Amino acid sequence: MELFAEKRILTVSQLTSLIRGVLEENFEHVWVEGETSNLSMPVSGHLYFTLKDAGAQLRCVMFRASARALRFKPSDGMGLIVRGRLSVYEQRGEYQLIVEYMEPLGVGALQMAFIQLKERLAGEGLFDESHKKPIPQLPQRIGIVTSVTGAAIHDMLNVLNRRFANVEILITPVKVQGEGAAEEIAAAIRDFNRYKEIDVMIVGRGGGSLEDLWAFNEEVVVRAIYNSRIPVISAVGHEVDFTIADFVADLRAPTPSAAAELVVKSKTELAAEVEALSHRLVQGIRHRLAGVDARLFSLLRSLREPSMLLGHLGQRVDDLLGRLDLAMQNGMSRRKERLAFLLNNLRLTNPALLVERGRDMLASLSARGEKGVRRIVERCHETAAVDSARLHALSPLLTLARGYSIVRKLPEMKVIKESSRIERGDRLELTFHSGSALCIVEEKKQAGS
Amino acid sequence: MAAEKFETSLKKLEEVVKKLEGGELSLEDSLKAFEEGVKHAAFCSRKLDEAERRVELLLKQKDGSFVKEEFRLEDDQG
Repeated sequence: MELFAEKRILTVSQLTSLIRGVLEENFEHVWVEGETSNLSMPVSGHLYFTLKDAGAQLRCVMFRASARALRFKPSDGMGLIVRGRLSVYEQRGEYQLIVEYMEPLGVGALQMAFIQLKERLAGEGLFDESHKKPIPQLPQRIGIVTSVTGAAIHDMLNVLNRRFANVEILITPVKVQGEGAAEEIAAAIRDFNRYKEIDVMIVGRGGGSLEDLWAFNEEVVVRAIYNSRIPVISAVGHEVDFTIADFVADLRAPTPSAAAELVVKSKTELAAEVEALSHRLVQGIRHRLAGVDARLFSLLRSLREPSMLLGHLGQRVDDLLGRLDLAMQNGMSRRKERLAFLLNNLRLTNPALLVERGRDMLASLSARGEKGVRRIVERCHETAAVDSARLHALSPLLTLARGYSIVRKLPEMKVIKESSRIERGDRLELTFHSGSALCIVEEKKQAGS
Repeated sequence: MAAEKFETSLKKLEEVVKKLEGGELSLEDSLKAFEEGVKHAAFCSRKLDEAERRVELLLKQKDGSFVKEEFRLEDDQG
């Protein structure tokens, strides 16, 4: 080389400058991989570190402008792939790589950022189950945070149109990707909380690349979801896509369509539910009436009276039940119509009327039952009266055998124990031990006179 | 019952059925519960057929207040 042709003395600076020129010209754009060590980031914001492998080390610096754009945080020991240009730090006579871009070895930069943010927020308790709010069963007003030009809103409205119609849907239109998207999404979530009048919100977008979905991995969105007082369902991308918004949301839906399905029940499901409850309702009353039925039957039997009337009530309920069963046996598609028919029938046969009739019948039956019982009781009373008279007559038998007689005054057959109770001319019956006699009082004598 | 919501009515229907099935009601109350249940079942059934859906955009004004605007999908999009 020309330089060495003659003995030309260079200063250190001159040589260093020459070396720098050679390096910068030949290593303008290099990719290097290695393990990070001696990482430091002083207040200047520049990032200093050494990349090394088993045999060598390379000094690296990433200036503040590039370092700020990093989505993940490199750390000592992390494998990195970096892109940059070689240069020489002349004051120290060291060559170094000026890094413009880096990504973690093995996973992409976004993935690393995802993992790191997720770990940090998990550490803060943002994903705790205890913080999650229950999703209302049948929300009346549903808020949607998404783009109005994307596929997601189409999918959701399509699903909603096929399902229960009695809901109100409010959309806050936002950008879902690119600069400022995360901030817009977070603001929309806060707006819904300020607006208040919704029961649940769906936050999401359709499928896309990891970069497209990135807004839903931004801390500002994650925190807005965490702070929402209204339950949030996340619905980002496809089933395989997981974003940090999914972890913090009260419920994760695999897709926007699935979110719509989760939040609005299908008409057929609801119809089946109403139908099942109607069935149980009729079963319940039938069971209850069957009990009454049995009691009345046994009452009637004991009174030996016809029971035709009662059968009627049971028959009506049976008939109703038969129709319900029939409805249950038919396919889902016809369930709705069957239910309407059935309910109409219920209305036509007028359960109130049925109930009224049952009530009247019960009243009349119990009145009749009461009458029957009263008759029995009366009969018993009569029998008892006769028996007691007989007993009265019989009990003094032994006394009579000894020669005493019983004196009773006619016509009330009252036993006479004092002469003051009788008058001259009264008719008396004398009962002897054997036989009796009818006497007429001729004269009355006072006791002791 | 006109202002009642579908889910309120459905819930009441469910409660009535459970009470009735519990078997602890007097005959009189059972019959009342049955009547009430039939009313709710009919109401729910009717509600299912109603189409009251509204889709609106919630837009924030500069002063922070909200306005609602009817939303229609343009079919050539997405």
